Amino acid sequence: MLHDCRLAFAESLEALAKEREDIVAVANDSIGSSKLGGFRSAFPDRMFNVGIAEQTLVGTGAGLANAGLVPFVSSASCFLTGRALEQIKADVAYSNANVKLVGMSSGMAYGALGPTHHSIEDFAWLRAIANLVVVAPADPEETRQAVRAAAEFQGPIFLRISRMGVPEVHGPGYRFEIGKAAVLRDGTDVTLIANGVMAHKALEAADRLADRGIEARVLNMATVRPIDREAIVAAAKETGGIVTAEEHTVFGGLGSAVAEVVVREAPVPMRMVGVPGEFAPTGEPEFLFEHFGLTSENIAIKAEELARTHA
Amino acid sequence: MSRVTDVRGTLSTEGLRRLAYDLRIRDLQMIHGAALGHTGGDMSAMDILTVLYFRVLDIDPANPTNPDRDRFVMSKGHCSGALYTTLAHAGFFPTDELASYMQPLSRLNGHPDRKKVPGVETNTGPLGHGLPVALGMALGAKLRKKDWRTFVLTGDGELQEGSNWEAAMNAAHHGLDNLTLIVDRNRFQQGDSVANTVGLEPLADKFTAFGWTVREVDGHDIEALASLLGETPVTAGKPTAIIAHTHKGRGVSFMEDEAGWHHRVPTDEELERAIQELTERRDSHVA
Repeated sequence: MLHDCRLAFAESLEALAKEREDIVAVANDSIGSSKLGGFRSAFPDRMFNVGIAEQTLVGTGAGLANAGLVPFVSSASCFLTGRALEQIKADVAYSNANVKLVGMSSGMAYGALGPTHHSIEDFAWLRAIANLVVVAPADPEETRQAVRAAAEFQGPIFLRISRMGVPEVHGPGYRFEIGKAAVLRDGTDVTLIANGVMAHKALEAADRLADRGIEARVLNMATVRPIDREAIVAAAKETGGIVTAEEHTVFGGLGSAVAEVVVREAPVPMRMVGVPGEFAPTGEPEFLFEHFGLTSENIAIKAEELARTHA
Repeated sequence: MSRVTDVRGTLSTEGLRRLAYDLRIRDLQMIHGAALGHTGGDMSAMDILTVLYFRVLDIDPANPTNPDRDRFVMSKGHCSGALYTTLAHAGFFPTDELASYMQPLSRLNGHPDRKKVPGVETNTGPLGHGLPVALGMALGAKLRKKDWRTFVLTGDGELQEGSNWEAAMNAAHHGLDNLTLIVDRNRFQQGDSVANTVGLEPLADKFTAFGWTVREVDGHDIEALASLLGETPVTAGKPTAIIAHTHKGRGVSFMEDEAGWHHRVPTDEELERAIQELTERRDSHVA
């Protein structure tokens, strides 16, 4: 069964808002697409809709935080991060405002609406900004927990929430922690590091690799910044090769973040699965994922190359 | 909330007028020492800042993050010199520290950093950021049923940034009478006059059309500023825009209304002349 993580986000936020009066939501005519209709019904005075005005969306969030509230500022990721990047940098991160940014329908989920609506640059833009935590949950359970963790965390944080259906990848008893990778599967031949909608594809890739006699470790690297250096170094040393998989350009995203650790601390061969440096052609997400090789089979092929090289 | 500082709230209008000249002198010395700064805009804003910090704002330098304080947002963050001089003299940090303005590792950066400087509410520098943040503050106060007020000072050239008008629409939509915008209408921006760049007139009509109550004031008339800022909100259910007509470089004859003094630093000789003029004006009892 596939799940829309936006629903988990909304459910978690509504539950939090029942418990805490300081939780508010800010949207830019994005109440529907952020699944905040229930929040608005339950807490009408705590739902601020600034209209189609992203700079004011983020600035208002910073002001609400100054007033002692904990705002979840929710918008399509492409507009939130692209249109209001300077507000994210100055008003939120540099000011250390206690704002929770929520980039909805990230990656290529908007499919045929095209590159204006894709958000495949947000990791790169945001992880370059100091004092900003960047998290991309992989499934509903992780989303629910990430929303709570964001509310409890004192400071700026960005949650990247997909609208694409994903299966559950975390087992019962999973505990999300900011900055900590989760081992989804253990192995010693090669490591697959993914997050968001690519996490379950990495797990599928590991199944394919097992059929070929290769035991892959799979890490869900939900937090892109601060990245879990310990888990990356251990993976490099213990498995000898790393494949990253992300629904993002390979310029500056998860793969780059992993590579920055690998080249400094434990150089091993790497491959990066992601969107190459080009704008997507027209097509729905399933087509685009195939087109750019964001598939479990492509992850498996890259991993096999690495495993065979250093075996 | 009681004010704990010695001078704040106790100065007469004449005292405020004289103080604003003293702050100008201290600011120019600081800019001269740093060999950096935004001279013209600091001078145009100084009377407004003096009235705010020493008469209007309900703030406590001993407890700068008191949840019930009034908020002031310096949207024209490049005029940090004027802000720091005012904050230091209002008791937020030692005046001796002004000498470190923009020196390596000083907390007095060219643009204010709230994490380092007590009394700064949000980090500004890029223009058009202050009003949206102030909007959030005012919304927050209404939601929490608090009666503290939010003031924001923008430049006039800064109003070319579209973000101001997004926030202006929102403030009127929500009837935020706890929000007051002051426009430092000195008619100049970095490269030229505002009118020669992209003109703003009719500015009062623009704000009126956006649903704000508008007041125009001589931004160097201490008494008029104090009276107007003290009586906000002017209209229940509406945000207030105060267009403060000012002169860039106010107080120093050779700096006044000269775009070239946007961020020029006075030479030794110019500083000496400027201090002499400012001192004379301070003591002349003529505003």
